[in-house]
Amino acid sequence: MLAHVVESDAQLVSRCRAGDEDAWRELVERFSRYVYAIAVQAYRMPESDAEDVFQEVFARAYVNLPKLRNDSAIRPWLAQMTRRLCLDTIRAGAREQAEELPEPVGADDAIANLDEALYVHDALATLPDNCREILDRFFARDESYRNIGDALDIPPGTIASRISRCLVKLKTELEDEGRKSVSAESGG
Amino acid sequence: MRYYDEETLSELLRTLPAPPQAWVEAAQEIPLARRGLDDIVERAREDQAFRTALIADLETALEGAGYETSPALAEAVRARLSL
Repeated sequence: MLAHVVESDAQLVSRCRAGDEDAWRELVERFSRYVYAIAVQAYRMPESDAEDVFQEVFARAYVNLPKLRNDSAIRPWLAQMTRRLCLDTIRAGAREQAEELPEPVGADDAIANLDEALYVHDALATLPDNCREILDRFFARDESYRNIGDALDIPPGTIASRISRCLVKLKTELEDEGRKSVSAESGG
Repeated sequence: MRYYDEETLSELLRTLPAPPQAWVEAAQEIPLARRGLDDIVERAREDQAFRTALIADLETALEGAGYETSPALAEAVRARLSL
């Protein structure tokens, strides 16, 4: 988690524990893509099953959050819960069809890739609103230049260059954060 | 320290598409739903007539008492009250 601008995972969890419902909304917003991606990418679940898993993960997280020992471990905790529920769902389906299904090949690698994607997505949250919005709409929401231009009231002809500039800002943000981490690890 | 080029960043941003907004909103409303559940459970423990009505026809009793029912809420009420 990038800590210098955005509230840390641990701080967010702490506010949730204290009963702050705005914090819960933010927690769902922060991890919704991650949970969704584990279900549909790592476990290739159809949307209907993925929706059940998604809702169950957050329902269990809400109930069991007070039992989480390390507030900063919310991401791996959610990942583990999502994996378990995906496997339960897949196995329940297999039992109905009298099949034996192992865990999908490559799930570990897919989740490692999602962890990295979440790190980059967190860095996105530290960029100015205009950059965050345009990168999210183009890459994560797969919107066309025309839609983005209409929504943000900017000429479609300038969108490609804005995306490119915002990617450079994102790259710089990640490099700055990486240097700080290295410096902190080496005691500097 | 990891260095990202723009192509890698683009791929990683595409890797986390947004789930349907309705899913996110439903998950965000979990505290509200839980609070409704707590109210129902407390009332059923204090009001025998309400508890009897829940046992007879849970969904109808909840609707009659002004609660917006859902399969998840009904299931949770049954579990909490051991119905």
